[in-house]
Amino acid sequence: MNLSLNWLNDYVNTEDIPVAELVSGLTMSGSKVEKIKKLSEGLSNIVVGKVLEINKHENSDKLWICKVQVGVDAHIDPQTVQIVTGAQNVFAGAIVPVVLDGGTVFNRQDGSVMKIKTGKLRGELSEGMLCSPDELGVDAHAGMPASPDSAVIDGIMILDDAPEIGSDMLEYLGLNDTTIEFEITNNRADCLSVIGLARETAVTFNLPLVTVLPEYKGYECNIEKEIDVVIENKRLCSRYMAGLARNVKVGESPKWLSSRLKAMGVRPINNIVDITNYVMLEYGYPLHAFDRDYVEGGQIVVRSALSKEKITLLDGNTIELSKDILVIADRMKPIAVAGVMGGEYSGVTAETKDVIFEAACFDGLSVRRASKKIGRRTESSARFEKGLDPVNVKTALLRVLQLVEELDCGEVSNTFIDYVNFSGDEAVGIVHEHEKINEILGTDIPQAEQVEIFIKLGFAYKNSTGELFPPSTRSDIKLTCDLAEEIARVYGYNKIVSTLPRLSVNTINNDFERNVRKMSNVLTAQGCYECITYSFVSPKMNAVDNLADYDIKIRNPFGEETGVMRTSLIPSMLRVISDNIKSRNTQGRFFEIGRRYFNMGSGGIEEDMLCVGLYGKDESFFTLKGVVDELLDMFGVAGELERYTEAPFHPGRAACANSKIWGGEFDEDVTPFIRFGEISPIVLQGWDISERVYIANIELDSFFKSAEVKPMYKPVPKYPAVTRDLSLVCDDETANGDVLSIINKTAELMETVEFFDIFKGGNLGQTQKCLSYKLTFRKADGTLTDEEVDKEIAEILSALENKNIKLRG
Amino acid sequence: MKEQLSELKQRALAAVASASDIKALEDVKVAFLGKKGELTVVLKQMGTLSAEERPVMGAFANEVRGEFEAAFSQKLTALKADEITSRLETEKVDITLPGERQKLGSRHPLNIVLEEVKEIFTAMGYTVAYGPEVEETKYVFDMLNTFEGHPARDEQDTFYIDDSTVLRTQTSSVQIRTMLEHKPPIAIISPGRVYRCDEVDATHSPIFHQCEGLVVDKGITFGDLKGTLETFFKRLYGDEIRLRFRPHHFPYTEPSAEVDLSCFKCGGKGCSFCKGEGWIEMLGCGMVHPQVLINCGIDPDEYTGFAFGMGIERITMMRYEIDDMRLLYENDMRFLKQF
Repeated sequence: MNLSLNWLNDYVNTEDIPVAELVSGLTMSGSKVEKIKKLSEGLSNIVVGKVLEINKHENSDKLWICKVQVGVDAHIDPQTVQIVTGAQNVFAGAIVPVVLDGGTVFNRQDGSVMKIKTGKLRGELSEGMLCSPDELGVDAHAGMPASPDSAVIDGIMILDDAPEIGSDMLEYLGLNDTTIEFEITNNRADCLSVIGLARETAVTFNLPLVTVLPEYKGYECNIEKEIDVVIENKRLCSRYMAGLARNVKVGESPKWLSSRLKAMGVRPINNIVDITNYVMLEYGYPLHAFDRDYVEGGQIVVRSALSKEKITLLDGNTIELSKDILVIADRMKPIAVAGVMGGEYSGVTAETKDVIFEAACFDGLSVRRASKKIGRRTESSARFEKGLDPVNVKTALLRVLQLVEELDCGEVSNTFIDYVNFSGDEAVGIVHEHEKINEILGTDIPQAEQVEIFIKLGFAYKNSTGELFPPSTRSDIKLTCDLAEEIARVYGYNKIVSTLPRLSVNTINNDFERNVRKMSNVLTAQGCYECITYSFVSPKMNAVDNLADYDIKIRNPFGEETGVMRTSLIPSMLRVISDNIKSRNTQGRFFEIGRRYFNMGSGGIEEDMLCVGLYGKDESFFTLKGVVDELLDMFGVAGELERYTEAPFHPGRAACANSKIWGGEFDEDVTPFIRFGEISPIVLQGWDISERVYIANIELDSFFKSAEVKPMYKPVPKYPAVTRDLSLVCDDETANGDVLSIINKTAELMETVEFFDIFKGGNLGQTQKCLSYKLTFRKADGTLTDEEVDKEIAEILSALENKNIKLRG
Repeated sequence: MKEQLSELKQRALAAVASASDIKALEDVKVAFLGKKGELTVVLKQMGTLSAEERPVMGAFANEVRGEFEAAFSQKLTALKADEITSRLETEKVDITLPGERQKLGSRHPLNIVLEEVKEIFTAMGYTVAYGPEVEETKYVFDMLNTFEGHPARDEQDTFYIDDSTVLRTQTSSVQIRTMLEHKPPIAIISPGRVYRCDEVDATHSPIFHQCEGLVVDKGITFGDLKGTLETFFKRLYGDEIRLRFRPHHFPYTEPSAEVDLSCFKCGGKGCSFCKGEGWIEMLGCGMVHPQVLINCGIDPDEYTGFAFGMGIERITMMRYEIDDMRLLYENDMRFLKQF
C-alpha cells in the first residue's frame, strides 16, 4: 500500500512531524513502513519559464540563445535569464521547464542526478537549462506523470496549459509529495486506504482526525426505474449499491487528482475511472463504473458464472470462466468478474453518456479464489480478499457521486440502489476486561487510559455495561486478546517491561538429543563434515536404494526432480560426493543425520538416519569400517556382521547387521539397521563418478536402542600383561572373523587379541595367506608365568590346527 | 698392599675427575668396581693376608671405596647438570613448522547454530520436542486458527501430499501435538525442517529449518515473551544486541509481534547491510491465541502462553555473514571446512 503524504495531511495534519519520525511511529504502532520516496528526489530549482526571444547562436549551427522569463514578481531575481539550448523545438512564447543555476535534473543518458551551473557555451552565457521530459524523470509518451497537456515533439517539454511563469515546476508536475510504502497485515483491510492510515496516524501521534461525510445534491431520479439489480448469489454478495451519472463528460482528470493517483501508483485513465480509483484509495472500497448503454436491458445480475462462459477483460484478454467465479452480468453476458476486474465491453470510453457506479461487498475468499483462477491480482481484489465491511460501502458510493458532481463530470442521481444482505443489527459489544488485558500484557495500564485509547481507535464505549464496540471496519476484533493487542500497540510494545517467566516445568528426558550430539562428535573427530541435503528427491533416486515402493508423492512438486520424499539418504550422499568431485575436491568424509520417509500404506513413518560417505585415495572399505567401529564402540553396540549383497552396494565389499539379532525386540526393519560398504560401480556410473565411494547407513532408533545402556567400570589391571604375536597360515577363504572366534573360544587368560597384518605371496601357496595377531594375556589375581602362557598358546594353536590354520614356520 | 690401594685410589679419583661424560664416568666405575675391576681384584687378595692385617686392610679398602663412590656421585651430578644445560642450549625447534594434527571434521553451520539455540533454551528449562514433517493439515493449519481459505493454505505456498496431508510449513504442529499430549506447564522448543513452495534463490529455499518455542502456564505475559527473547538473543549474539518488537498479525497468536534486531554491522545507525534501517527483521511471536489453547483442551481463562518461531537459516546467515542460502545445501567441502 502506497500512501501520498499530501493526501494523508488532508485528514490528519502531520506537517510538523519529520517524515523519519512519522514512519518510525507508524511502524511501531503496527503499520510497517517498507519504503519512503520523495517524488522530487533528484530534482531542484526548476521553474516554469517563458521564452521571450530566441536567436541563432553565431558560432554554432545547432545552438539557440533564448531569453527566458522565469519570474513575474519582484522577489524572483533575476526575472529573466539567458539560456543556450541545442533543442530544435523551442519557439518564442513557449512555456517551458527551466532549471536554474545550482538546480538538479536527471542526466538523459544514464538517469544520474546532475547539477546545472551557469557557464558559457561557445562564448555565450547560459544561466540554466531548458528541460526535456527525460531530464525531469517523466515519461512524456505515456503521459505519466507528465501533464497530458504538454506537447513534446523533440527535445524540450512545451507546457500548453499556461501555468504561472516562475511557479514551481515540481508543483506543476505534482512531485511535491512523498509516498510511503506500507506492508499491511491481512487483518487490517481498513488500512488499505488513506483514511484508515490517517486514523492510525492520528492515534499514534495523538492528533485530531478530520473526516467529513460526503454530501451532494444530485438530480431528481427514481433509480429503480433506471437500473434493475438482481442478486442471484446472495451468499457471496452482502451488499450491492448502484448509483447513476447521466450526461457524463469523459475527459482528463484535474491535475491534483491525477497527481494523487500517480503518487499512490495508480495510472490515470479518465475522469470517471479515476474518480472510482480515487475513492478506492481514499476509503479502501473498490468501485466500478459501467457504461449504461452496454449494460443490456439496464439490468445488473450478480451471479455465479456459467461453465465455459467467456469475458473479455479490461486488459483486452478473453478468458474462460467457471461456476465458482462470481460475476456481474447484464441480461445476456458477464460484464465484470466481481471484485477483480471489469469487462472491456462495458468499460467507460470517451463516447460514454451514462455511467452506472457499483459499490459492493463481495465475499473475500471467493474474490481471492477468482483472482487466482483468472490470474489477475488487482488493487480491487487485494482489498476484497482481506474482507471488507459492508457498512461503509455507502460512504464510498456517496463520495464517488459527490466527486462527479464537484468535478462537473456529469449529473448524478439523488437516489441509489441499495441491496442489503447483512445483519444491520447493533454491533456486538465486547466487555472491557481491563485487568485481563494487563494480565496478558504484563502491564498496569489504568482502565480510563485504556478506554481513551479505544475511543481514539474509533471504538464506542458504553459506560453502563462496560462494553466496547469496535468500528465496523474492524471485524478482526472479537476477543479480549484482540483488545489487548490494540492497547499494546498504541501504548507501545517497547514500553512493556521485559520479564522472565518463572518456569515450573518438568523437563522431559531427551536421550535422542544427547545421542545425536555424541554421534556427531564421534564422526567429526574422525574427520567427517556434516551435510544437510534436501528431503525430497526424484523417484529415480529412491530406486537407487531399492526403496521406491515406499514413495510418499508430493501432489504439487516443483518438478519431477523433487517429486517424492526420500526413502534413503544414500542417493543424497552420492549427490554430495558427486558435486564435490565435480568441484575438484579430491577427497572427503561426510555425514548427514536426517530423516527418511516411508509410505506404509496405512500411513507414513519417518525414521532418523545416519549416512556417512567417504571418497578419495586414502579411503577403503576398511577406513569406512573403522569409522563404523568407532561408532559401535562409543555406543557399546556389538554383534556379528553379515555380508550384504544388495544394491546399491558392491556385493563383495559390503556388510550389514540386523537389529533383531543385535538388539532384539524391534519391529521388522525395512532394511538392516546397519549397512555399509563400497557402492557398486554400476550405481556410480549414474552419477558419473569413476572413483570408489564408501557409504555407511544406520537407522538411529534401532541403533540407539541396541546401545549398551551404561558401560560399567572395570578395574584397572594391577598385574603385568604378557604379549605374544602369532602369524598364522590359512586358506584364502578363511575369514579373519573365523580365526578370531576360534582364538576367543579357546583362550581363557587372554585379555585381547588384535589383528595387525595380512600377507599373501612369498613362499605361501597361491590359495594361502598369512594373518598376524597380537595376543595379550593377563591374570586379575597375580603375575602370569611363561608356562601358563605357553600352555594357552599351545591350546589355541591346536584348536586352530583342527581348522587347518597353522603357525607360520 | 696398602701402597697398591693408595695408588689405585689416586688413579681412580683422577679418572673420575677427568671423565668428560656420563658414559666415560660409568666406564671408570666398571674398571674400578666392576666384577673384574681393579679394586675387586685387590680385594680378592684379602684372603692371603694374615688375621691381624685383614681388618686393617679391610677398613682401608672400604675407605678407598667410600671416597671413590663419593667422588663418583658428585661427578655424576655435575655431568647430568652439564648435559641438561647443553640440551637446553642446543635443542631448538622451528616453532613455525606445522603441527602434526588429527584431521577433524566439523558440524554443519546450521546445526552449530541450532545446537547453541537448543543449549540456551534448555538452560532456561525448555525441552526439545520433535514431530513429523509429513503432517496432517489439522495440526499444521486447522488447530492453529488457519482455516480453509487462508492464503497460507494455498497450493502455491504449501506442498500437499493429499487433501489432509502436507509437508509442514512450520514446526507449530509440534506445539499442537505437545499441548494435546501434555498438560501445562509446558516449555518446549521445536526445531526441524519445514517446507514451502519457494523457488531456490539467494534468500529462499523450499526446505529450511525453523525453531519454534512455546510456553504455557498460569500468568504468562507478553512481558515474559519479551524478556525471554531478549535473553535468548543476548546469549546468542552478545549483550550489545538490542531488540525491537513491532505489532504484526498471525492467526495463531494475539497480540502478535515481529522482532527486529539492531543491525550486526552498524549497531543500529543504518548501513547497507540493514538497508539503512538499523534494524534486521528476525522472527515472529506473540501470545498464544485463546482459540488455539481451546483447540488443545487448555482453558484460556486459567492459562496463557507465548510462542515464537525463527528461521535457523536466517540466524546462521547473519551470524557468519553468509550471503547466499544455496551454499547451505550445496555441501561443498570448501564451504563446510570453514566452520
